[in-house]
This record gives sequence, structure tokens and C-alpha cells, in this order.
Amino acid sequence: MSWPILSVTTFLPLVGALFILAIQGEDEAAKRNARWVALWTTLVTFAVSLVLLWRFDAASPEFQLVEKRPWLGGAINYHMGIDGISLPFVILTTALMPLCIVASWQPIQIRVKEYMVAFLALETLMVGTFCALDLVLFYLFFEGGLIPMFLIIGVWGGPRRVYASFKFFLYTLLGSVLMLLAIMAMYWDAGTTDIPSLMRHAFPRGMQTWLWLAFLASFAVKLPMWPVHTWLPDAHVEAPTAGSVILAAILLKMGGYGFLRFSLPMFPAASYDLAPLIFALSIVAVVYTSLVALMQEDVKKLIAYSSVAHMGFVTMGIFAATAQGVAGGIFQMISHGIVSAALFLCVGVIYDRMHTREIAAYGGLVNRMPLYAAAFMVFTLANVGLPGTSGFVGEFLALIGTFRVNTWVATLATLGVILSAAYALWLYRRIIFGPIEKPSLARIKDLDQREIAVLAPLVALTILFGVYPKPVLDISAASVAALLENYERALGLAKAAALAAQ
Amino acid sequence: MNEPAHVPALLPAVPEMVLALGAMALLMFGVYYRGDRLTWFTNAIAIALMLLAGVLVVIVPAGATFGGSFVVDSFARVMKILALIGSAAAIAMSPSYLAAEKQDKFEYAILILLSTLGMMLLASAADLIALYLGLELMSLSLYVLAAIQRDSVRSTEAGLKYFVLGALSSGMLLYGASLIYGFTGTVSFTGIAQAAGEGGVGLVFGLVFLYAGFCFKVSAVPFHMWTPDVYEGAPTPITAFFAAAPKVAAIAMFVRATVAAFPGMTTQWQQILVFVAIASMALGAFAAIGQRNIKRLMAYSSIGHMGFALIGLAAATEEGVRGVVVYMAIYLTMTLGTFACILAMRRDGAMVEEISDLAGLARTSPAMAFFLAMLLFSLAGVPPLAGFFAKFYVFMAAIKAGLYTLAVIGVLASVVGAYYYLMIIKIMYFDEPRPSFAPMPQELKGVLAVTGLFNILYCLYPAPLLDVASAAAKSLF
Repeated sequence: MSWPILSVTTFLPLVGALFILAIQGEDEAAKRNARWVALWTTLVTFAVSLVLLWRFDAASPEFQLVEKRPWLGGAINYHMGIDGISLPFVILTTALMPLCIVASWQPIQIRVKEYMVAFLALETLMVGTFCALDLVLFYLFFEGGLIPMFLIIGVWGGPRRVYASFKFFLYTLLGSVLMLLAIMAMYWDAGTTDIPSLMRHAFPRGMQTWLWLAFLASFAVKLPMWPVHTWLPDAHVEAPTAGSVILAAILLKMGGYGFLRFSLPMFPAASYDLAPLIFALSIVAVVYTSLVALMQEDVKKLIAYSSVAHMGFVTMGIFAATAQGVAGGIFQMISHGIVSAALFLCVGVIYDRMHTREIAAYGGLVNRMPLYAAAFMVFTLANVGLPGTSGFVGEFLALIGTFRVNTWVATLATLGVILSAAYALWLYRRIIFGPIEKPSLARIKDLDQREIAVLAPLVALTILFGVYPKPVLDISAASVAALLENYERALGLAKAAALAAQ
Repeated sequence: MNEPAHVPALLPAVPEMVLALGAMALLMFGVYYRGDRLTWFTNAIAIALMLLAGVLVVIVPAGATFGGSFVVDSFARVMKILALIGSAAAIAMSPSYLAAEKQDKFEYAILILLSTLGMMLLASAADLIALYLGLELMSLSLYVLAAIQRDSVRSTEAGLKYFVLGALSSGMLLYGASLIYGFTGTVSFTGIAQAAGEGGVGLVFGLVFLYAGFCFKVSAVPFHMWTPDVYEGAPTPITAFFAAAPKVAAIAMFVRATVAAFPGMTTQWQQILVFVAIASMALGAFAAIGQRNIKRLMAYSSIGHMGFALIGLAAATEEGVRGVVVYMAIYLTMTLGTFACILAMRRDGAMVEEISDLAGLARTSPAMAFFLAMLLFSLAGVPPLAGFFAKFYVFMAAIKAGLYTLAVIGVLASVVGAYYYLMIIKIMYFDEPRPSFAPMPQELKGVLAVTGLFNILYCLYPAPLLDVASAAAKSLF
């Protein structure tokens, strides 16, 4: 324990942001400098986060690399630490950021400095969310991310960006303030907001239900779950490419992470009682949003709806509360983080060339863009959940885990797998195959060096995790086992107490 | 202490005496001085006097004097310091405005000094008579200040309106005070607390009238009607002053009178405060949405913020009062910073006040836009800015006190409120730029930088303010 590595990982991007603020002028040189500083900052942050991976002991379910300092006085401290559940998300965040910066290299030409500062600030807040071990600190990072994302959508977004940014901000804020009140109630009940202590604290059963619902209000919006998902398609469509990538790959995962970190371990009885509600919402999300996705004419909107459907598998797996279900939920989130990021980057590639996201405006791209067609195919198949891609592992585990608890839920959710094949493959056919009929597409160019550099690592990871998912599963295994063990024990105690009361 | 009974100990009141004597001396100086730069001198001396008073507030001994009507405790100290900061900043922000509008009168700083003296009395007042004296000294100066632009119809109208409604509310407050005196036989807060006990119908009537006066001064619903008109009509630096220091003092009086004089009647006054807080938050949030003038918008914003601050008092606990103190301290910085920006909205030699005039500010003056955006996010209560912590502590107290309905309505109102702050940010960042404003004067830059950085960096080192607020709250219980 020589240096506070988690704090360094978290706040390093802010240092880069300060450097960018120090750059003078608006000319080409200033833009180039801002881009390079941002790229190097994110690369160094990624390198530091790999040290985390190296120092982390996957065999232990405890929180590791813990840092604790007095902060708000009383029992509210600056407390950071990671376990097997948060580490994959930290790495996912730091790994995707350099790709986002590179993907924004050419497309973003106005207010480049501000753009890079917003992204770096966002990275700090995202990493902080996953590392925070104090509820108030968590809330600070969790909500703080709204500010840069609001600006990213609003300043660099598409034509309806104002509507989308407001909807994004207000929806998320509305859900989160209820969670804030729940956090305060927990503080007065347990006398602390320290997450490890709260995991050991048994909240009264009646109170658990209210707290659980308040947390659901926040995470359901963030994840998003049906029926509060409607901000997502708007935000995705209007956000710039890198904004969509971050939104789909990281911000959505905060909701799932929240369920794993708070709802399940802290309110086990309520999680058990209300799991049917989650199952119902997940099924609706999986089936309904898949059908909605079928009808979309905008590429980004289609992928956005497919994200909602995939998140349905995540919630289902988590609240099945079996080893496979939870592991599947985590894996699905990581896999979706890679695949949806890649899909949005792919959309960005053709959007930069044609400046439209209408599916009908494309067709026959395979003739001019073979490399692009190949990359897009890998991600489409991963989105479908084809064995051999990372999408399969998560969905399969989540379905097995759920099957053990509730056969019907698993059966209905499997429908979603079929539907996802329908919309994803149909999208692929309409964009990639067929002859080139539109004159505007006749001169379209294939991927350039920069785009290959962005997409190649994602292709590699998608296939690697598809055939060899062990690294991700191993990191989280011990923590998931401990989580479920505590969950079962707490549930047993609660049931015994209920019996004794009768 | 073997003080002779007829000579009160003056030491605790030294800061107030310094301000009073200083203000009178400054008035003489202004009348007889025949040189240049008169207002510059009076402004500088007034700020120096406030700094001196601030230092004295910290070092004078605690205790009660003047037969127990005037107390100095941690709560009084904190609120006095906050009021002094607000007043000094208001004077510091004025010169370029006054010079440009050819309104530089030397009485300006003196009136602010006198009204600050009233605020300091209010923070220390421990009986109804001292409270009324402080209140009237503060308010009378404020009425004159609102109308200080004698040639402007808007300013005189604002002053007159403020005076008439203020006089009415003072009347109600006095009537309430007389009822309370009638039913308890004393004016001192501790005496009332002993005599009142659980309270009776008559006392509740007195309390309601007293609260009507208080609500008027803090501009809480349903006695808020004067606020938008006065904010809009008064000269902008005066509006900045109105929004900051007098609010702090009025809240201080509200808290001390409630907690010290009616501890046994919590159930009665808690109901009133819950209603007032909910109504203020809701009105502040919804009525601000339709505003086009930024000063009017800030008026509604301040109504809403007073609602949030009163949540802490409604909790009726030590945590609640701590929340109120934290809230007022952070509110002060947010308001001063925002008004520094409003004062810098000058184009082609004239002030502009429409929100749409801020369009594209992020490109014409990025630094100002950035700080204003941060202050607005802070006003909306978005973490990690200071405004979040302000709301955090009052809601924390409300949850502990079991006021769940109040807390839920409060957070929902804060989401609605966030909408209109976001609208301003949208106009600054997303819209096409208008011609840029005249360069921001140095003193405004200074205030904006200090308040903006405070709001951004507060989360790094929040403990000192919390400790001070805890000590202040403890001294009342």
C-alpha cells in the first residue's frame, strides 16, 4: 500500500482536463494539442488501471486497495475500494475512453477543448462511481456524471439535442433524488453510509421494501428498464458517436452495478419479495423493446432499443440470485459494454461519411466496404448472442440462472433471443448486403487507419471473451459467491424471524 | 462578574457599536467632504468597517447583555459573519454599475452599513423588542435602497411597494408579538419558553401573526408577492444585496425566535413550517419556469431556496438548524456569484436583463459562462457542487425527524427547479451567440471567481463549514 492507486486512477483524467484548459487559442494547433493531451491522459489512466488488475487478488471476496480518509465528518468518509464486481467495470471504462477519444478525432471540429474536458471529467466520475465505498460518495459520482453528459449531448448532439439532453437529465435526476432520500434513511437507521458496514447491517423488513423501491427508481431509470427507458433512444440518437458509446457501454451499467452493490446485498428480503416484479419488467423489456427495435428506421434508435432488451437479461439474471444468474448478469454487462460500444462506433463510421442514420439511406455497403462489413458482422452476431461471441456467454448464463428459479420467465426471455436475431440480422442485411443502388454510396470509402485502430481491439475482445470467458468470470467469482452466501443467510434469518413471529 | 446592575456589559456588542459609530461618522464625512471620489472613499471605508466588525465578531466574548436582550453565541457569530460577507460583497460589486448609471451617491454604502447593523442585531436578538428594533433598522434601510434611483419609475415603484407591504408585515409581526406578550407576560425568549409551555389557542394566534412577519422577510409563500417586483425594479447591485445578506439575517431571526421561544410548541409551529416550506419550494419551482427576466427568475429561485432552508427548521432538531446554517452559507455564495454575472450583462452601454441575452455566452466569454453554469448547477443541487451539500443536510434532518412527505415533495420540487436552471445553461451553451457583453469589471470577476471556485471545490474539504454549523446549532439547543 504505497500510493493511493484508486484515487490516482479516478482523478488522473481531471489532471489531463486541467492541462487542456491551460491550452490557449482556438486554432488548429490548439485543437490538435487538446486531442493529444486527452488521448495520452486516457491511455495513461488505462495503463494505471491495468496495475489494478495486477495487484488485485481475485481469490478474495473482500474489498481491496482500500483508501479511507475523513471527509464529511461523522460516519461519512472518503472511502474507496474495489472487489471482483466493480473491477471489471473500472477496466471497461478506462479501456473504452481512449477509443472514444480516437473516434472523436475527425468528427468533432467545434469546441474541441471543451469536448475533451467534458469527456475527461466524465471518466473521473464514472471510475469514481465504481470505486466508491461510501454511499454519499457514490451518489456524488453517480449524479455528477449528469453534468458532462448533459453538455456533451446538448452541445455536440444532433438536431433534437436540446430535447434529448433535458429528457436525459431530468429523468435521471428524478429517479436519483428518491434514492438520495433512501440513503439518508439508511444513514439514520444504520448510523453510517459505509458500504461494507451497510452490507452487514440488517434493515427492518418493512423499511427494506421502501428503500429497495427508492433504489429501484434510480437504477431502473439509469439501466434503463421498461417503462422508464424512453429517454434512452432520444439520448442515443442525438448524442455524438462517442457520447452514445459511453452512454451505452458505461452509464447504463451503473444501474446494474447498483443492483448488485446495494439492492441485493443490503435489502435481501425485499429483493426476494419483489423479484417477480423485476422478472415481469425484464420480460416486457426483452420482448416488447425487441419488437419495437424491429420497427425502427434509424440505426442508432434500433441499437438503443436492443440495449434495453439486453439489459432486461441483466436484471433478470441478477434478481434470479443464483450463481449463474449473477455471473451471467455481470458478464452480459461487460459484453454489452464492448458490443454496443462497437455497434455505435460502426454507426459513427458511416454517419461520418453520409451524415444520415436512416437505414433506408444505406444498402450494399459490402461492395465498397468489405472490412467494415466484416467488423459489423462480428458485432451484429455478438448482439444476437451467437455462440463463439461474448454475447452468447452472458445471455446463456443469465438464462440458466433464471431457469433454476423460474422456468416460465426463462422461457419467455428466450423469445427475446430469437427476436434479437430478427432485428439485428435484418438490420445487417438492409445496410450491408444487396447491390449499391444509391448514387451517394458509390464513392463511399472503407475503414481508414484510425477507424481500424478503434474497431480492431473490440473485434478481438468480442471473440476472445466468446471462446474464453474465464478471465472476467474468474475476477468476479469470489465476490459473487460471497454476495450470494450473504444473501442466502440474510434471507434465511428473515424467514426464520417471520416464522417465529407467527 | 460584579458588573453594576445599571451599566450593561458592552463588550459583546462591540462589533455593532463599531458599525453604528462608523456609519454615523461616515455620514458626517460624506456631508462635509468636498473632494473627488467621495463614493469611492465611502465604499472603501464601509467595507473596511465590515471587515473590522467581522474580526470583532469572532473575538468578542460570548454571553448575554442588555438585560438578556442581546446574546452572542456561536449561532449569532456565524450568521453575523455571513451577513457581513454578503453586505461587503454587495458593496464591492456596485462601483462600476453605479458609475455607469451615474448613480454614485455616498449614502449608498452608509445605508447598506446601517441595514447590516440591523441584521447583526437580529442575529443576536433574544427578546421580541430587540428583534423588532433590528428588523426595522434593517428594513427601513432596505426600503430606501430599493428606491435609491430616484429618477427611475421602476426603482421608486419597487421601493414604495416594498415599503407598503413591509409596513403591513411589520404590523402583523407587532400584533403577534403583543399577543404573545399578553399571554405570557414577558418579551424575552427564555421567559416566553417557560411561560408558554405547551401553548394555548391565544399563543398559537400570536405565533401565526409573528410567523407572517417572518415569512414576509424571508420571502416565503404565502407572503412572497413583493419579491419578484422588488427584485426586478431595484437597481441590480441592490437586488444582489437583497438576495443575500438580509435573507441570512431573516432566517437567523426566524430560527432563533422559533427555537428559543417556542420549544414546547413544536407540533404547532412544525405544521406551519411544513406548509410554508412546501408552498415556497413548489411556487419557486413552477413560477420560475415562465420567467424571461433574469432578476425575476432569481426572485422565484430565492423563494424556492428559502423553502428548502426552512425544511431544516421544520425538522425542529439540532441537525435541522445545522442544515439551515450550512444552507444559508452556501446559498449566500451561489447568489452572490450569480448576481456578479447578472451585473456583468452590459451591452452597448446599457444593462440587459433578459435571459435570452445570455445566448451563446459559452463562446463569447467562456470563463464567465463556465462559472455561471457551475453556479446554476449548484443552485439546482447537482452533486458534486456545493449546492448539493446544502440540500443534503436539510433533507437529512427532515428524514431523521420523520417528515417523509416534506422530504419527498422537496426533492421533487428540486427536480422541477432544475429545469429552469438547465434552461439558462442551455441558452448559454447550446444556442447561437449574441454580440458579446462589455468586458467584465475586475471586482465582479473577483467575486465570481471566488464564489465559483468555492462551489466547485467545496466537496474536497467540506469539514470546516460543517463543524462551524454544528457548533452554531449546538449553541441554540
